[in-house]
Amino acid sequence: MADQTLPIAGTLDLTPPRIEERVSVLEWLHGWVITVDHKRLGILYVVYSIVFLLVGGVEALLIRIQLAVPNSHFLAPEFYNEMFTMHGTTMVFLVGMPILFGFANYLVPLMIGARDMAYPRLNAFSFWLTAFGGMLLYYSFIGGFGLYGMGAAPDVGWWAYAPLTAKAFSPGHATDYWALALIVSGFGTLGTAINVIATTLSMRCRGMTLMRMPLFVWLMLVVSGLTLVTITPLTAAQIMLVIDRYLGGHFFDTQAGGSAVVWMHFFWIFGHPEVYVLVMPVFGVASEIIPVFSRKAIFGYPAMVAASVGIAFVSLGVWAHHMFTVGMTSVGNTFFALSTMLVGIPTGIKIFNWVATLWGGKIRFRVPMLFCIAFIFQFLLAGLTGIMLSAAPWNWQLHNSYFVIAHFHYVLVGAIVFNIFAAIYYWYPKVTGRMMSETLGKWHFWLFFIGFHITFDTMHFLGFMGMPRSIYTYEPDRGWNHLNMIISIGGMIQGIAVLIFAWNLIHSYLRGKEAGNDPWDAWTLEWSTPSPPPVYNFSADPEVRSRRPLWDLKHPDDPDWKYEQ
Amino acid sequence: MKSTFRAHGPRAIRLSFLLAVSLLPACGAPAAWADAPQSLPNIFSPSTTPAHSIMGLSFFVLLITGSIFVVVGGLLCYAVVRFRARDNDDNSEPAQIYGSTQVELAWTVIPILIVVVLFLTTARIIFAIQDAPKPADALDVTVVGHQFWWEFRYPSLGIVTANELHVPVTTVSYLHLLSADVDHSFWVPQLGGKTDLIPNHPNDMWIDPHQTGVFLGQCAQFCGVEHAKMLLRVYVDTPAQFAEWVKLQQQPGVQDASVAAGRHVFETQACTNCHAVAGTAALGTFGPDLTHLMSRTTIASGAAANTPANLHAWIENPDHFKSGALMPAMQLSDEQIDQLVAYLDTLH
Repeated sequence: MADQTLPIAGTLDLTPPRIEERVSVLEWLHGWVITVDHKRLGILYVVYSIVFLLVGGVEALLIRIQLAVPNSHFLAPEFYNEMFTMHGTTMVFLVGMPILFGFANYLVPLMIGARDMAYPRLNAFSFWLTAFGGMLLYYSFIGGFGLYGMGAAPDVGWWAYAPLTAKAFSPGHATDYWALALIVSGFGTLGTAINVIATTLSMRCRGMTLMRMPLFVWLMLVVSGLTLVTITPLTAAQIMLVIDRYLGGHFFDTQAGGSAVVWMHFFWIFGHPEVYVLVMPVFGVASEIIPVFSRKAIFGYPAMVAASVGIAFVSLGVWAHHMFTVGMTSVGNTFFALSTMLVGIPTGIKIFNWVATLWGGKIRFRVPMLFCIAFIFQFLLAGLTGIMLSAAPWNWQLHNSYFVIAHFHYVLVGAIVFNIFAAIYYWYPKVTGRMMSETLGKWHFWLFFIGFHITFDTMHFLGFMGMPRSIYTYEPDRGWNHLNMIISIGGMIQGIAVLIFAWNLIHSYLRGKEAGNDPWDAWTLEWSTPSPPPVYNFSADPEVRSRRPLWDLKHPDDPDWKYEQ
Repeated sequence: MKSTFRAHGPRAIRLSFLLAVSLLPACGAPAAWADAPQSLPNIFSPSTTPAHSIMGLSFFVLLITGSIFVVVGGLLCYAVVRFRARDNDDNSEPAQIYGSTQVELAWTVIPILIVVVLFLTTARIIFAIQDAPKPADALDVTVVGHQFWWEFRYPSLGIVTANELHVPVTTVSYLHLLSADVDHSFWVPQLGGKTDLIPNHPNDMWIDPHQTGVFLGQCAQFCGVEHAKMLLRVYVDTPAQFAEWVKLQQQPGVQDASVAAGRHVFETQACTNCHAVAGTAALGTFGPDLTHLMSRTTIASGAAANTPANLHAWIENPDHFKSGALMPAMQLSDEQIDQLVAYLDTLH
């Protein structure tokens, strides 16, 4: 025990007993609105995102009801176009990014032994910008109208290709709401990214060198750096679009000599790294959960860090693989085919390391681990279909078909959403002090897993059979009828699974088992404080000597720091 | 002449994947995979040299990615089953292994080698398709995308038509792709990959159909309300059929005195602002050319069959078939519409 240098707040129990103050609803609400506590802001982010997850999910189900049968009149074409635009925009900007930055907000300071983020007020400001961005977008249902004769919400696709967004083709204000909402929430995201970088670089506790940071923190650091580089061109493009629409600019206005292709470049130099902004935090989640439930240290920590940084760099040079069909030169197409295939190398390393972490372990199939194992499997497939899409000539066939829809939903749902669920099941006890129900969790997992595969496996084949994306209906004679029905049924199953999840969240908050500090027998610092952690996180500054400070504490005879380089 | 550009994986690989693909219908896919049902779109029943090259490449990529899936997926499944915590476990922690430089190196180098192979194969096909020299006897067709229909112009033949492209079999046809408004994309899966039609950004693609028949496709880039009903039909004709079609299309519009009333309606209402009938005062270019309307099997860019009843319904209110079509309902009387349909019915 002589080597043990880690004061653990929970074990020393310096925490004063929490006093249950009786506050009025107004005071309670006021407390949440004015809060600058990273944990409360993290919870706000996550709750906000889950609300929009449900909204975006309803939009997806409306899309699937419409497409279940050919020539359906369930939705008007105008409304269908709004639904897929809002579904995409919502899931990327109002669910994916805020929930992952919410996790970062909550977990990064706890994992590095800090008391808060580096800039708590910037943190609150960023959250409220993001929140108002989302509200602005949804206000368009009331306040805007789109293409001639159309309803209200943006209807130009979440990629919003010029010149469909020009005043001539999109009169009304729906497109303006879309652009302004993304500018506003984009600034919020930039603020959070700066905050995460500053926090990880300057707030680590004693002994926590960069190479001892938990992988989740590493990945959030990389993602935040990537965010700074990628959100900026999107924001710039949105401002140019607004200039085009209101100040007579001609950046993308092809009728006045502008370029539609320039918009695509701006959008995808944001849009492709954005995928990694979304997927790398969940790599972090998997890299925390898989070791704990395999009962082994992560295999190849330095390789995991290097692969993450490598993915971030390579991801900045692949954007035009979304543009293989716009008529680039053969040399251009060849370059982007190569750069895209290169992404497969660091992502492959990650998958191999996760499998190697499982290897020789004692795997405990609790709900978070189930989601993580499904994640590895689905992410493997998503990567392989990504390789298929990177072969530019094949991409000329597959681009904008249901194969592409299947591929990116494999990433966004099969990898990201699965791991978001894993993360919620895993850290919910820390945040609320209560366990989520394992029974409901398993129902949620299996229904979601089955529904996911029914829906998205099938979509690949529709792509082979020539069904393009973004169509509100299809002809009955194309041979797509049965597959679309199957896909829609799978969608409904996923919807039921998400409802079970939502019920589990609420039910467990009220009735869940007490969690204690460390219900999973885990190894990172957040499990050393009480659940939920006090405002100041740690009653004494922690000091660490390895990547798994709690392992060292639990195994003083065999600590990690003896073996790590 | 294109045969030099045919690029395929080894025949054995193709066969094995044909086998694999033939299993797909079992997964619920209707019989789109069988031999040459040219009417059903399918990227695995190619009918041109580029489409064949793409299929060859796709089988090669499928072989490699499929092998990776079997190996890595197999290892994952094995690990999950083999290393699960047992009921009789003593709750001790397993041996902690932190990594291995040799292993990391191995699973870095092997993927690099795979990427090199994939990249070289891909690059070869890109150059073979994109940089193929244009043969002197190629047929030039200008394709103009409109919200929500296709305009086809044959500059060397003096033909303008809409929505139904006619090309001769085996001859190389060069499609020059333009857009009148927003982005569109030309995609007929059996004839090859898609290429976008972008305003201010002309593109080209070529096809050399190997079989005659009708091939279905549609716009593959979201272009507005009725993107879904911007359908495409490509008729691959025998040389004789094509010559006959060309001869018909080059005629001026039929002048039939018995439908003068309908022609009067056509020429005195706003129809002529958008539609043209060669040899008459109708010179509009905003909508499809109607000179030989009755030679087409569909109207409204494939949204409905070209029958007098459908024409009547369409003119009365285009929303019947395409609620976002840019053609307005002209508020004509039933009698006027009947006369108009009678007139259009003579435009063979």
